[in-house]
Amino acid sequence: MTPTPLRSDLAAVAAAVPDGARVLDIGCGDGGLLAWLRDTKGVEGRGIELDAGKVAAAVGRGLAVVQGDADTDLADYPDAAFDVVILSNTLQAMQRPADVLAQLVRIGRRAVVSFPNFGHWRVRLGLLLGGRMPVTRSLPVSWHETPNIHFCTIADFEALTAEMGLTVERAAGLAAGVEQSLWPNLLADTGVFLLRR
Amino acid sequence: MDQRFGLDRSITLAGDFPLAGGGVLPELTIAYETYGTLAADAGNAILICHALTLDQYVASAHPRTGKPGWWTRLVGPGKPVDPARHFIICANVLGGCMGSSGPTSIDPRDGQPFAMRFPVITISDMVAAQARLLDHLGIARLAAVIGGSMGGMQALTWAVNHADRVERVVAIATAARHSAQNIAFHEVGRQAIMADPKWRGGAYAADAPPADGLAVARMAAHITYLSEAGLTEKFGRRLQNRDSVSFGFDADFQVESYLRHQGLSFVERFDANSYLYITRAMDYFDLAEPFGGNLARAFAATRSRFCLVSFTSDWLYPTAESRRIVKALNAAGAPVSFVELESPFGHDAFLLDAPEMNRVVHGFLAA
Repeated sequence: MTPTPLRSDLAAVAAAVPDGARVLDIGCGDGGLLAWLRDTKGVEGRGIELDAGKVAAAVGRGLAVVQGDADTDLADYPDAAFDVVILSNTLQAMQRPADVLAQLVRIGRRAVVSFPNFGHWRVRLGLLLGGRMPVTRSLPVSWHETPNIHFCTIADFEALTAEMGLTVERAAGLAAGVEQSLWPNLLADTGVFLLRR
Repeated sequence: MDQRFGLDRSITLAGDFPLAGGGVLPELTIAYETYGTLAADAGNAILICHALTLDQYVASAHPRTGKPGWWTRLVGPGKPVDPARHFIICANVLGGCMGSSGPTSIDPRDGQPFAMRFPVITISDMVAAQARLLDHLGIARLAAVIGGSMGGMQALTWAVNHADRVERVVAIATAARHSAQNIAFHEVGRQAIMADPKWRGGAYAADAPPADGLAVARMAAHITYLSEAGLTEKFGRRLQNRDSVSFGFDADFQVESYLRHQGLSFVERFDANSYLYITRAMDYFDLAEPFGGNLARAFAATRSRFCLVSFTSDWLYPTAESRRIVKALNAAGAPVSFVELESPFGHDAFLLDAPEMNRVVHGFLAA
């Protein structure tokens, strides 16, 4: 069985995961990324997901996934329990993003974090010209319905990692899935960071 | 045909069977059923552990009530646990009244029923008895042990006491210890039985059991298996075959009539002393206790993969108890899946139609 190709932002996350690693995917949804990593990279994967239906789907595909909340449950994991901890497109929905980041680099030797870039030009333009909170491809839900409560730009995230004393091993901005090396904070819709303590 | 396999089996293993509480049984009888065919490498064996008042008839008709197996929604052709693929074993627990050694058994030393001379047993003892059965069946290692409620307690105990014999553990609607509230409800049931003059210190004749006390015990327990919302939806304040209340103590309300019926039908199929012993075993259950109260340490040696399921309206073994187990397993580094499923049916949800539970168990067993 050939695994289905990954969404481009997830492919960028997956690229940071070495073969055979012990991986925790936080906010793993129905386990698409974990299943792909298991089938193509032989990783030993675990997941955390808030939505019961998605957990059932992920366990149904043979993954070890726990229904839980990253804001509260990460404290239960021992130090360096995983080679890589993944937080893809979830940071902005956390109650306390900085605390979650600190947990990521505690329980994982490395952390991969991806998030929608609020500094993207469409977001800036929407707010500047329309005067309304932006609704874009990577931020598709209105402000009052979105689970995303803590938006940041790539530059904001860099500043937070510096403030927390985290080591950024790699940082990339993606525009429609393609790495954007020129002015990523303006032109990239997604930020992907590889971090360690 | 191997006489060890099939429906309505029983084996008596000679020799002392020592118990966690210090007692000893002079011999051990286990009544059980198997379904499906044991693979040549014995690698497809799944043990199903039953709850307090259930029995070995997990997927075949009950000999006394004629009702279909109690978990045919999960176990059977085309189900997640399928005799076409798995070799399925379900045994009446130690202390039970459907053929395994229990208070109704005859003490071979004097030919009289044990009654209250039966030694007090624990969940660990139930599991030790199952392990002896597996030895007898030639099964060194289980592909999975699956149980709900007290069955889940046994499944978890398997992973702790026999770490090298279990590949997967499915523990549904259960807990790693009995709470004060759990113990309290059981004590109400036991006192109801012991307050029945027919109980006679446990030495009642088979044809004159303390049926009234046992029925009350069942009524009280049955409430804990349901939910307030479920009872409201099913009965509300509706009256039973009447237009107005009787200003008396008949079963005016449908819910009263229902509970009375539950109590009466239970005494037809269950023994009062068995009820005392098994509820006591559950009350004594605390998986972490031998490990200084540290549940993660209890799981330190486990090599099993775990799947836990809880239900939103289960207040007998609420989700918090499952989360406590998940937390300990994570701390122990054991692979664990957990999901809390939406259901209005309370603790009983695990025995009812639960397509998502089936999906989870199927995926977990297949991986």
